[in-house]
Amino acid sequence: MNILEFTKENLLVLDGGMGTLLQAAGLAPGESPERWNLTHPDVVTGIHRDYFRAGSHVVNTNTFGANLLHFDADELDEIVKAAVQNARAARDTAGTDHPMWVALDIGPTGRLLKPYGDFDFEDAVETFAHTVRLGVQYGVDLVMIETMNDSYETKAALLAVKENCDLPVIVSNAYGEDGKLMTGASPAAMVAMLEGMGADFIGVNCSLGPKAMLPIVEEYLRYASVPVLAKPNAGLPKMVDGRTVFDVASGDFGDVIAEMVQKGLRIAGGCCGTTPEYIAALVQKTKDLPLLPVEPKNTTMVSSYTHAVVFGDAPVLIGERINPTGKKRFKQALRDGDIGYILNEGIRQEEKGAHILDVNVGLPEIDEPAMLETVTCELQAILDLPLQIDTSDPIAMERALRRVNGKALINSVNGKEESMDTIFPLLQKYGGVAVALTLDENGIPETAEGRVAIAEKILARAAEYGIDKKNIIFDTLAMAISADNGAAMATLGSLREIRHRLGCHTSLGVSNISFGLPDRDGVNSTFFALALENGLSAAIMNPDSVAMMKTWYAYRALHGMDDHCSDYVNFASTVAPAAVPVPAAPTAPAPTAEETKSALQKAIVKGLGTQAAEATKELLGSMEPLSIVQTEIIPALDLVGKGFEEKTVYLPQLLMSAEAARFAFEEIKTFMLAGKGETTAKYAVVIATVHGDIHDIGKNIVKLLLENYGFAVTDLGKDVPAEAIADTVVKLHAPLVGLSALMTTTVPAMEETIRLLRQKAPWCKVVVGGAVLTQEYADRIGADKYAKDAMETVRYAESLLEK
Amino acid sequence: MIHVQTYGELPFNRREIFRYAGCSSPGEAETAVLEECLAELSGKLTGRVCWREFVMTEPDLPFCPTGSADLAKYLRDCTKLVVFGATVGLETDRLIARYSRISPVKALFCQAIGAERIESLCDAFCGDLAEMYASCRTKPRYSPGYGDLPLEVQREFFTILDCPRKIGLTLNTSMLMSPSKSVTAIVGIQ
Repeated sequence: MNILEFTKENLLVLDGGMGTLLQAAGLAPGESPERWNLTHPDVVTGIHRDYFRAGSHVVNTNTFGANLLHFDADELDEIVKAAVQNARAARDTAGTDHPMWVALDIGPTGRLLKPYGDFDFEDAVETFAHTVRLGVQYGVDLVMIETMNDSYETKAALLAVKENCDLPVIVSNAYGEDGKLMTGASPAAMVAMLEGMGADFIGVNCSLGPKAMLPIVEEYLRYASVPVLAKPNAGLPKMVDGRTVFDVASGDFGDVIAEMVQKGLRIAGGCCGTTPEYIAALVQKTKDLPLLPVEPKNTTMVSSYTHAVVFGDAPVLIGERINPTGKKRFKQALRDGDIGYILNEGIRQEEKGAHILDVNVGLPEIDEPAMLETVTCELQAILDLPLQIDTSDPIAMERALRRVNGKALINSVNGKEESMDTIFPLLQKYGGVAVALTLDENGIPETAEGRVAIAEKILARAAEYGIDKKNIIFDTLAMAISADNGAAMATLGSLREIRHRLGCHTSLGVSNISFGLPDRDGVNSTFFALALENGLSAAIMNPDSVAMMKTWYAYRALHGMDDHCSDYVNFASTVAPAAVPVPAAPTAPAPTAEETKSALQKAIVKGLGTQAAEATKELLGSMEPLSIVQTEIIPALDLVGKGFEEKTVYLPQLLMSAEAARFAFEEIKTFMLAGKGETTAKYAVVIATVHGDIHDIGKNIVKLLLENYGFAVTDLGKDVPAEAIADTVVKLHAPLVGLSALMTTTVPAMEETIRLLRQKAPWCKVVVGGAVLTQEYADRIGADKYAKDAMETVRYAESLLEK
Repeated sequence: MIHVQTYGELPFNRREIFRYAGCSSPGEAETAVLEECLAELSGKLTGRVCWREFVMTEPDLPFCPTGSADLAKYLRDCTKLVVFGATVGLETDRLIARYSRISPVKALFCQAIGAERIESLCDAFCGDLAEMYASCRTKPRYSPGYGDLPLEVQREFFTILDCPRKIGLTLNTSMLMSPSKSVTAIVGIQ
């Protein structure tokens, strides 16, 4: 019988703990449970058989840690083969008449994925894939990914299953007492991602006892349209007379599972500490209970690695600023590979209240797929908003979707056959919610009816790919009213129809409406209000626009979504009327402030970024940009730098000044880009934390200061292989490279890098630094210079200039 | 058996944080930045510790003999030892990464806060151990990499403590831990 069919009518019973029982049979602490498949097949088979006899429909092979990180390929092959044989032998000899299946068990690797660990996403996919292929080869009936406590690793495992077999797949995550995965994901976020990627059953196991697991299971049931499972521990472990016992008895365990079944649970089993006795109790307590049907939830949601954003509550704001269209400074950042600038755009929008960030990095002269993947990864490393991947290049789209840690919005698909044939397979594979534009081969219909007809065509086509309408949101295309005075009405009419008759969510790029008009904010925000009232679920907009944000806050307050109007009141207090006095600057102890002359210099010395930017703007009216740098910024930085060297200024103050200077530089850069001026750097410097080391705070400080002093710094990041450093130095013909290492264990990697540099780039000077380094070490590994801090690095870089 | 303990927000020691940030007499500006960082991290950190007790016959690790002379000296007169892994979680790493991009001074303070957090967590846990073993003397903690105890024993620590599963602590190929604000150590019990 097919397990998917069976589960429609029955409570699917999984097995209980394996590790606890193996320990009872003599598995020593630290010994590999997976090897017992080979050394103690009778014990393993016996446990599986006991579970089948107790009422389990599914047992998991004893392969929790069976992967290439723990075993070499040959041994892994033997282990998986034996594990599957053991489970199948148990089934053949169980002698029970209920249906029985064998699931390939896949546990976490124990490594954390990049960027916070060192395990690459694709390496993780391949590691899981290897085990999956073996399991399939030896004849499992389904796959169960379990005890995953990181969303990204869960995604890697599920992708590996989907790319290597057509078997049903169960995905189960382990939540902490706080109701989140160790790396932060909420149940709703996991439901969004896993359902989107096509997991057949999803749920929760391990970590918690049944009672503590109940609220998490309820969250799953609230959002999931597929059957939900629970596999709790037998409570918490305790030491009693030198033995480990769990504090929830089998009968109580069964009672809580029965409670879950009454709320809609369709799949149940046990984890650590549970035994065949617990499974028998579970079966006994649930056998007479009616099962609730698995209801499809028409909930449109996207997610990040922490949370889900649900459409249909308050209107969703999608920040549009990560997009080079019409932005000189942004284009320059893309050409320069200046990821920091792009990330800043993301962070600013998050601070202004965006819920989702649109990500568009399309520029003809750059490698868009690579850039989109990089920016996607970098953005989700530093902020927790779901992303809207915005590109017309399907290769770039796929690369970004693959790496998204969650469920993304896909911008966009439309009614053209080619578009649907390109985007829907991606959506089917990686999950996501597509923004569908109501246009097709014949262009944009002028009437609302025409646009609704295209929407219906798109939904029908999506259904052929198995894509539910909840995963399509429609953009009925706001067109300029200056060109066609019926434009807004056509957009709003189709919006209303799609939202209320078709029951789909909607999104608009609001600001197009005012193209060609003066004072666009007024038109935009009014149109935004009209659209919201006509059923707009989300807007792609500029969170910097006070008028738009005002409308959003006011709309929520007017619709009773803002208790006591408190959000509106808070917002209003942040957008004070025009003549606001600049908040009093904190009076930093700037020992040398009196000696400086201009406002800019004072701002830099005191570390006040906003003031530094203002002062720079003012000076740009009367001074050449470069002379501002030479006569204002650099002397101010020197003053602070000297104080740092003389120990009258501390590191935080030095950094605050450097940051303030960066604000000034940003103004100068923008000014020069607007004119014809070229910014000329002193020379190229390559910096990196060497291979094997992930500490980069010191390196980042060096980077900041070098940039302040006008060097073109290429920062290769942390854990950088020697070849990558040497290649970049050669490519840029950089006269100087800075290497950082924090640990004694990575000094050899530094030495190797220097050796390679001497070979490939004999002209290049090498400056080294980092906590473990000393002059003696630096001499021994052949560096040209040991710099004890960032200022010394700057001085050295400047001294090379003089030569 | 492996015990797991979680800790809510322990009191912040601002003096220590400033010391880690390389700033022994902070002014108003630095204090303001620190307070901003604290406000951002506050409520987001959960300290997690997993630990296991071993009875010793030799002054060495019973689950993986190291032959370390310094460890033998440390464990002299001990009858038991506790091995533990502790972490304050990924949130500090995330903020550090974020601020490395936009505000190195905040990144520095988040580093310093993380360092203070994990030390406070270890102190709190070791305080609890001292209470649990009230009739004995618990020694100051001792970590892999101290003296001649090789960093490679981290691998064995992670196996016997099941750190990834129990507290979300992982080890990379260079023997570094993620989240970065984490500690593994031994406590000798006399």
